[in-house]
Amino acid sequence: MTTLTTAVRSTVAVNRTLIASATFVAFGLADILLFGLFSHGDATFAFAQFGAKVGVPNLVLPAAPVAYALGAVSIAIGVLRATVPLSRAGRRACIAGAVLAFVISLLCWADAGNSTALNVINLLQGTVVYSIPLILGALAGVMCERSGVINIAIEGQLLLGAFAAAVITSAFSSLWLGLIAGSLAGGLLGGVLAVFAIKFLVDQIILGVVLNVFASGLTGYLYDRALVPYQNRLNSPVTFSSVKIPLLGDIPIIGPVFFDSTIFLYITYAMIALVQVGLFRTRWGLRVRAVGEHPTAADTVGIKVLATRYRNVLMGGLIAGIGGAFLTIGQVGSFGKDMSSGEGYIALAAMIFGRWTPLGATAAALLFGFSTSLQSILATLNVPIPSNILLMAPYIVTIVAVAGLVGKVRAPKADGQPYVKA
Amino acid sequence: MKLELKGITKRYGSLVANDHIDLTVEQGQIHALLGENGAGKTTLVNVLYGLAQPDEGEILIDGQPQHLGSPSHAIKAGIGMVHQHFMLVPVFTVAENVTLGMERTRVLGLIDRRRTRRDVRELSERYGLQVNPDTLVEDLPVGVQQRVEIVKALLREANVLILDEPTSVLTPGESQELFRIMRELRSGGRSIVFISHKLKEVQEIADTITVIRRGRVVGQRPPTTSDAELASLMVGRSVQLRVTKPPASPGDVRLDVQGLTVAGEEDKSALDEVSFQVRAGEILGVAGVQGNGQTELCEALLGLVPAAAGSVRLEGQDLTHATPRQRLHSGVGYIPEDRQEDGLVAGFSVGENLILDVYNEPPYSSGIALDRGTINKTAAERVADFDIRTTSTATPVGTLSGGNQQKVILAREIGRDVRLLVASQPTRGLDVGSIEFVHRRIVEERDQGVAVLIISSELDEIYALSDRIAVMYEGKITGFRDPDVPPEELGMLMAGASDADAAAFGAAADHGQIAGGEAADETGLMEAGLYGVGLPGVAGNRREPADEGPAAGDGTHADGSDGSGSGSQSGGTQSGGSGSGPADDSGADPE
Ligand SMILES: Nc1ncnc2c1ncn2[C@@H]1O[C@H](COP(=O)(O)OP(=O)(O)O)[C@@H](O)[C@H]1O
Ligand SMILES: [Mg+2]
Repeated sequence: MTTLTTAVRSTVAVNRTLIASATFVAFGLADILLFGLFSHGDATFAFAQFGAKVGVPNLVLPAAPVAYALGAVSIAIGVLRATVPLSRAGRRACIAGAVLAFVISLLCWADAGNSTALNVINLLQGTVVYSIPLILGALAGVMCERSGVINIAIEGQLLLGAFAAAVITSAFSSLWLGLIAGSLAGGLLGGVLAVFAIKFLVDQIILGVVLNVFASGLTGYLYDRALVPYQNRLNSPVTFSSVKIPLLGDIPIIGPVFFDSTIFLYITYAMIALVQVGLFRTRWGLRVRAVGEHPTAADTVGIKVLATRYRNVLMGGLIAGIGGAFLTIGQVGSFGKDMSSGEGYIALAAMIFGRWTPLGATAAALLFGFSTSLQSILATLNVPIPSNILLMAPYIVTIVAVAGLVGKVRAPKADGQPYVKA
Repeated sequence: MKLELKGITKRYGSLVANDHIDLTVEQGQIHALLGENGAGKTTLVNVLYGLAQPDEGEILIDGQPQHLGSPSHAIKAGIGMVHQHFMLVPVFTVAENVTLGMERTRVLGLIDRRRTRRDVRELSERYGLQVNPDTLVEDLPVGVQQRVEIVKALLREANVLILDEPTSVLTPGESQELFRIMRELRSGGRSIVFISHKLKEVQEIADTITVIRRGRVVGQRPPTTSDAELASLMVGRSVQLRVTKPPASPGDVRLDVQGLTVAGEEDKSALDEVSFQVRAGEILGVAGVQGNGQTELCEALLGLVPAAAGSVRLEGQDLTHATPRQRLHSGVGYIPEDRQEDGLVAGFSVGENLILDVYNEPPYSSGIALDRGTINKTAAERVADFDIRTTSTATPVGTLSGGNQQKVILAREIGRDVRLLVASQPTRGLDVGSIEFVHRRIVEERDQGVAVLIISSELDEIYALSDRIAVMYEGKITGFRDPDVPPEELGMLMAGASDADAAAFGAAADHGQIAGGEAADETGLMEAGLYGVGLPGVAGNRREPADEGPAAGDGTHADGSDGSGSGSQSGGTQSGGSGSGPADDSGADPE
């Protein structure tokens, strides 16, 4: 049986190349047959926001030829992938190239013959902003699962964080207090998760789902009973306003997208860097990963397995809580029932697609964020497709991309397994 | 550093795993713990390493009583341990694994990779351990992973190093390399607690042997003690080290394999046009260094991998494309190489494991329901018949010792009416008592007219069981021999020499042996054939320290002094093999 599975695995490795290149070719064909053939006229792209300091001229592209050319590029990438053995970086560049070609073709098609320009800055800004809760949620997942505890409760942590931030900000008129409260609320749910998963060895998947239902029920009840009747006192928080970073914020294109946003975006940057460097460069991270991979081995060299797990699950909850706070005091303003609307699950998916690494999860979250942003922009462009299909399309593309392009994903070995001393 | 254990007792429920064990390990000594599987060796060293807390007794280091509440206490006290199942994180590099828990850091807890790498490299060079700090552990062969574990302990400045069954995962060549490292460590003043259930190994390497049986110390002996004495101490009765087996009376051809080919990785064939026959009432032994197509041969015979070409016939019936279940129905019994992975469902009870292949047939089931009554009754019979040591038939099989697990498989596979028995490495990792039992039952099957195919990388086993020997090399059968073939001739075949060359060499060696060769020499030659030709890298690394000579001499001496029927073949092999002189010379000869 052992050799049988290795044999199967090696054919999978061979197929991987074929699947990947077939996916690239499929992307290329889509560029040509869908976007190329159905595009008529020019597409106009705007790269500046109204009133920007430095003007950037609009870019006008003949939509169909561009889509054809990009389709050809994508097919060429597919052929390259099938024929030349590539390094890891090379393979990633292939993915990036094909995805980019696809996206540009799609945008050309969407704006072809349209009199309004498609504002790329708005599109990218939307991407980044929609990604914030996804990234923070995914980082929370990374923190927990790297130490060996499965966290399905990200959704609940976002929701509880959103609720607490809205209420505390409204009640005390302090955004910072609200932010802290949101974070703590996520941490609280993390604490419950930790105790039941680590101490009482409850099945972590069931536990996570139960906590989500609990968070939804609790906030829903309190919303009806307290927030609706006392809307003014408890559910009308102010929101953080944008802070433009001096100099960086004035760079054309990049500035408005990355350096002119609320404090949440900057916290997110810090979190990505902290978790990434922490996990892969520090003593703390090495120990966390050891606990998530082989807790017995960690134990035999004197690492405290359970304490490590408690700590990480709590920290994960605190991070997810910030993501939750963003939903209210960073974006919408007031709390709404079940307002996290599945973003916690998307964050979970981003974590997995990102192979349990902060940077990978961030990239995946950005992809999801881009989908959402694109869909909302396309809706304003009168694209001849029913809006429900538009809502769906980015996800379908994402699934195809992930199934075809992301290789073997491997969870931490001891993920979800409680540690019981012999 | 002197380590004393006094009256250590450890109970698991009603089971006394360690019963007032006293043990003293002197500085610079290799102290072997010899005992059957389940004797309590691992439990004892777990207590010593702080992984288990003793119910009674105390541990003293240099006369000072110690409290070893956790591994970190033990590490601080200078105790290091290489576990039976390695404690390495597969996806970490060697350097990360070695320094885990005592990382070299810079500001803010950032890991100082350069210093880590340098430390690991220095340490591994000092003891000739040859490990590259930057390799991922999962990419390393088991033997090197073990060295990583040793470096790990050394970095923690272990004065006493515990090695729990270190050789059970090693090839003979790797074991020799480990022994060299152990001697090196000993000469550096460290003490080693070496656990094994293999007699030859402890005779070869130990300074003192403590024998443990059923949780108790039953004796302490010098390494010169004879095989027979150690074996009987270990098992509690006198054991035969070789099966006595009447000559075979082969009948008709039972299994006929022609041109069997199995695709391997890339363009190579894992099994390349293999043809052989096994007759009823005959044991064909397939010898060969592991990884030369034996696994694929078994899997192809059982239908676990598809045959790319060739045919398999059992009693004239074509089974080439039959499913595994059809083959079982045709009377094939199979003892797989990896019993935990392929032979048993660890979480199922003994009784359930005994009917894994027939659960859906009467009398064990009717309709969609299992007949628990019949299953339990049959299980109880089998447990008695095969002397399976278990508290009940409802015990999960995973909790049994290796020997008893193997008996469960044996009971299942030969308990029904089989026509052909395929047994791959049937005694790997088993203790003397279990080996004896398994061998005896296999010979009994043969005598009842079953065709038996034994696949083993242990030459001792091949010689002990086979009526005919086939040798495999790189997916091909390089030759057939009778069991009186000189080992060095088999060694040449195993290393890929052509049939004719090996035969010519064998004839010459045979001649030499008549002219005055000794049993020990002969086996020495054999091992040289294995290591010297088959594993050149290992032979190249092997430097035998000076104190090797007496050990080999002792081995021979022990053999001579114990004429009471313990086979000189099995006794001589290991100790003779360590005798470096003749071994290395003859290894060069065939080339
Ligand atoms: N954690 C445990 N719980 C219950 N029984 C155990 C445990 N560990 C070992 N045993 C039992 O103790 C006995 C000795 O086991 P062990 O020390 O592993 O033997 P050895 O290492 O000599 O093969 C066996 O019968 C085994 O089943
Ligand atoms: Mg053991």
